[in-house]
Amino acid sequence: MRRALYLLPMLLFLALAGYFTLALTSGRDPSVLPSALIDKPAPTFALAGLDGAPGLDRAALAGQVTLVNFFASWCVPCRVEQPLLLRLARDKAVSLYGIAYKDKPEDTEGYLKELGDPYRRIGLDESGEVGIDFGVYGVPETYVIDKSGRIRLRHVGPLTAEDVEQKILPLLQELGRS
Amino acid sequence: MKRALLSFLLLLAFAAAAHAVTPSEQLADPKLEARARAISGELRCLVCQNESIDDSNADLAHDLRVLLRQRLVAGDSDKQAVQYIVDRYGQFVLLRPPVEPATYALWFGPPALLVLAALCTVLYLRRRSASGAGEPPPLSEAERRRLGEILREGEG
Repeated sequence: MRRALYLLPMLLFLALAGYFTLALTSGRDPSVLPSALIDKPAPTFALAGLDGAPGLDRAALAGQVTLVNFFASWCVPCRVEQPLLLRLARDKAVSLYGIAYKDKPEDTEGYLKELGDPYRRIGLDESGEVGIDFGVYGVPETYVIDKSGRIRLRHVGPLTAEDVEQKILPLLQELGRS
Repeated sequence: MKRALLSFLLLLAFAAAAHAVTPSEQLADPKLEARARAISGELRCLVCQNESIDDSNADLAHDLRVLLRQRLVAGDSDKQAVQYIVDRYGQFVLLRPPVEPATYALWFGPPALLVLAALCTVLYLRRRSASGAGEPPPLSEAERRRLGEILREGEG
């Protein structure tokens, strides 16, 4: 009994060390935050569009499974994911909508002309208010919104082919069925 | 010399008050502004994560400071204004986590460990003194005689 008590600190230490090892090796990036809006209705918004194009509001997303991508011309990682977004919109027929976050309309236009425009519609969020309503804290961020208008997934940072194959496409398929 | 020291100290005092808040963000009403400052010191900047939005120069921190002031001007209580931001960014924005079942271990763990350690120490010390380490056993007859001899040698 006495002996066992002396072993207690050692056991406590091992438990802590095990916990830390798990946390360190899990591959979780602590700078990626969970969204506060998962399974909650997407915020209502109504944004103007680029010259001559319709804008984007919440009603435009209704009744379908959509991908909403926050991007900006000044955002370098956005350029990285742009080819992937183009492929998603073209080959996979994903309903992809864009929100230009804190960007000048003319810069957004130039960016899309240069890299290609994968979005069905684009809303201009020059003040960043809609971004705050969604809980955006850095572009790019991508949201999956289901038919009833609920946010089902948030992806922080540029999408990779792996993210799309393993997370986005399976979820879109599942949500499309129901 | 004294004057130089004084001005240096004054300089330090003002340096401590320098935050990221720019004059254009500040509200005209000093009472509201003071409330905004107090709240924004408690909210995490999500870009830098270990700075409050009051201290951070990040763009988003600026936007949140402005938003917070808009809410206060619109008549929100401090609680409502904080809730408005928590609804969007989650409890992670609170630099001081709320006391609730999920955070009990966080709030009460360290004091509990301290109490446990104190208890162990008290028990250990008590047991040590109870085992008679304080009073040495009395000298035997032979030891007393030997002690007498040594003392006499010292005198002689």
